[in-house]
This record gives sequence, C-alpha cells and structure tokens, in this order.
Amino acid sequence: MNVLELSILIFSGALAAGLLGALTGLGGGIVIVPLLTLVFKVDIRYAIGASLVSVIATSSGAAAAYVKEGFTNVRVGMLLEVATTVGALTGAFVAGLVSPRVIAIIFGLVLLQSAWQTTRQRVEHVVGGPPDRIASWLRLDSSYPTREGPQYYQVQHVPLGFGIMYVAGILSGLLGIGSGVVKVLAMDRAMRLPFKVSTTTSNFMIGVTAAASAGVYLHRGYIDPGLAFPVMLGVLCGALGGARVLPNFKTPRLRLIFAIVVVVMAFEMLYNGITGSI
Amino acid sequence: MTTASGHAPAEERVEQMVGNLLRIGVLFAAAVTLLGGIAFMIHHGSLTPDHSVFRGQPEMLSSLSGVIAGAVALEPAAIVQLGIVLLIATPVARVLLTLIAFASQRDWMYVLISAIVLVLLAYSLIVG
Repeated sequence: MNVLELSILIFSGALAAGLLGALTGLGGGIVIVPLLTLVFKVDIRYAIGASLVSVIATSSGAAAAYVKEGFTNVRVGMLLEVATTVGALTGAFVAGLVSPRVIAIIFGLVLLQSAWQTTRQRVEHVVGGPPDRIASWLRLDSSYPTREGPQYYQVQHVPLGFGIMYVAGILSGLLGIGSGVVKVLAMDRAMRLPFKVSTTTSNFMIGVTAAASAGVYLHRGYIDPGLAFPVMLGVLCGALGGARVLPNFKTPRLRLIFAIVVVVMAFEMLYNGITGSI
Repeated sequence: MTTASGHAPAEERVEQMVGNLLRIGVLFAAAVTLLGGIAFMIHHGSLTPDHSVFRGQPEMLSSLSGVIAGAVALEPAAIVQLGIVLLIATPVARVLLTLIAFASQRDWMYVLISAIVLVLLAYSLIVG
C-alpha cells in the first residue's frame, strides 16, 4: 500500500469518526487515537498529534455557530481556560516523561468512562441557585436564548469547576482528546450551568485547550503532516456533515453502537498497553 | 435594549466577531492544508508509508520559522504544516480578540485573565 492509498483509507476512517462524533455528541476526537494505533498501526505519539489537530478544527468550527447564537458564556469560558491551558501544558510535559504503554492504559480507562457516560440517561439538574459570592465578583452570571425569551442563571461552585477543568486539561494534553465529557461535567454538575450553555461553552474552550498542548507537540515532532492532513480534513468534513443531518436524526441506537465500538477499543488499548505491544 | 440571548448589545457584537473569526480561521487553515495535501500526494503519493516507528520531525516541520521558510519554498509537507499552524493560531487569535474586547469595555479583571491564557498559548507555540 502506498501513501496515497493509505491517506484515502485514513481520510475515510476520520470522516466516519467525525460523523459519528457529531451525531452522538461525543466528539470524534476520542476514537481517532485508537483508530490510528489499532487499525493503522501508527505510533501513539503521531496519533495523538493528529488527533489534537482534528479536535481544534471541529471544536472551533462548532463553537463559531454557538457563540453567535448567544449560548456560550464567554466569561466562564475565558476564566476556566486558565485552568485547562495550565492542565494541557502539564499533560503535554507528562506525556514526554511516561512510556507509551502508560498512555495507552490511561486512554483505555478514559474510553471506558466515556462509553459509560454516553449510554446513561442525562439527569436534569437544578440549574443555578442562590447568588454565589465568587461568581458575582467575577460577573459570571448570564443568560441564554430560549423560545420564551432570555433565561437568566446564576453560576455556583466556581473553585470546584476550576479544579475539575485542570484535570480535563491534563487529559486533553496527555491523550490528544478534547475531553468534552469532563468539561461538561464541571460546568453542568459542579457549576450548575444550563446544559446547553455547558456543552457550547465546553466546545468554545476545547480549541484553546488543544492549542496549548499542540504547540508543545509541534516542537516535539509529534505532528506528522502526512498523517495530520487526512485526519484533520476527514474529521472536519464528517463533523460538518453530521451537524447538518443532526436535526432530523434519531440517535439512541446510534449512541449504543458507538458506545460498543468505544468499549471494544478501550479493551484493545488496555490489552496493548499491558502487554507492551503499542 | 436587549437581545434574544439577553446579553448586552456590546457583548453580542463581540460574540458575532468571535464567531466570524473562528469560522474564517478554520476554513482558511483547512484550505491551506488541503492545497499542501494535494501537492504532498503528487510528490510523495507513490512512496511506502511508515508511521509505525516514531522518528519525530525535521526542524523544517517542527518549528515556526522552519515551517514558514519551508512553505515559502513551496515544500508540500511544510505547506500542510503551515495549515496546521494556522489552525493552532485560530484559538490564539480568538483569545487576543476577546482580550481587546474586554479592554474596550474597561473590564480589567478579564483583560488580565485573557492575558494569562494568551501568554501560556504563546509560550507553547513559540517556545514549545
């Protein structure tokens, strides 16, 4: 197989990942590294570099629409980006110190957690709460558009959200993923933001978080142009296509299929990490 | 005067600008990457790929100055890499734009917060 044929195959795989990621709301980034390492036998460092690049493309593309519609809380995003960028730099430096086997094992565990999270029914949480001293001081309280007009909300537990975001940043930098699941957890559960605000603000932050570790990886030679370009363009096309068909698409069965794929990948990653064949 | 989102008109203007910047940045970066990718396929498409062993990248593809010099010399791999650098630069430009917007609203606390993020991103991209 030559470079052209391999690139077409990788592009197709990335396209499918981007499409499924957009339709299930899990993002395509999480399956790119397993796809490249397990199916195409790519070294995990090149895989992480290519994955990070694709994560920046899809999240920035999606964030463009959401921020214009007024769902994104720019202040919350900006504040928490301090935590995620420091975390992402930490993760990128740690990645240079530990062996690929350890990264594969952590990746497997994160995949399992994501699959479990996908199949669970989302429980509606109490949105907002009484005025919070820190949130008021940082002027984080805001509003978002609904059919009945602007809906106001008050942000809670800022330090807890900030701490969880640091962890999300580490995972993003270490594994080359967007870690949107952890970001939404911090904003939806801890800070009690409305779900739509949590997901869109998470998207808004993913690009900045991934850019922080992508710079480090670029200098370290993890970003291989021959690999990054079919992955980036494939995931981007898939995500754009997915966003277009999403409104008239039923997702429960698709989410289940995607979760099963993720679980299979998780065990493969764990197996390869433990036996050292990665 | 309020908007559909309940945000102040000045904030909504910033949101529109940020949205446009992100969209243009991603599309421009993807276009450069696509052009570089096509050139890469014409030059290297028939070679045998090998990504199974990690070798890192030469200086031309792993530093900002190397990527720019390589792209100016129309080296296909460096053009792809320039597209990727433009993509990484898109969120950085977004942080810079929000910093300017907060400054124009005299919101100094968020100017400081944006500046911290900007310094961290610049450090990563320039120093690595």
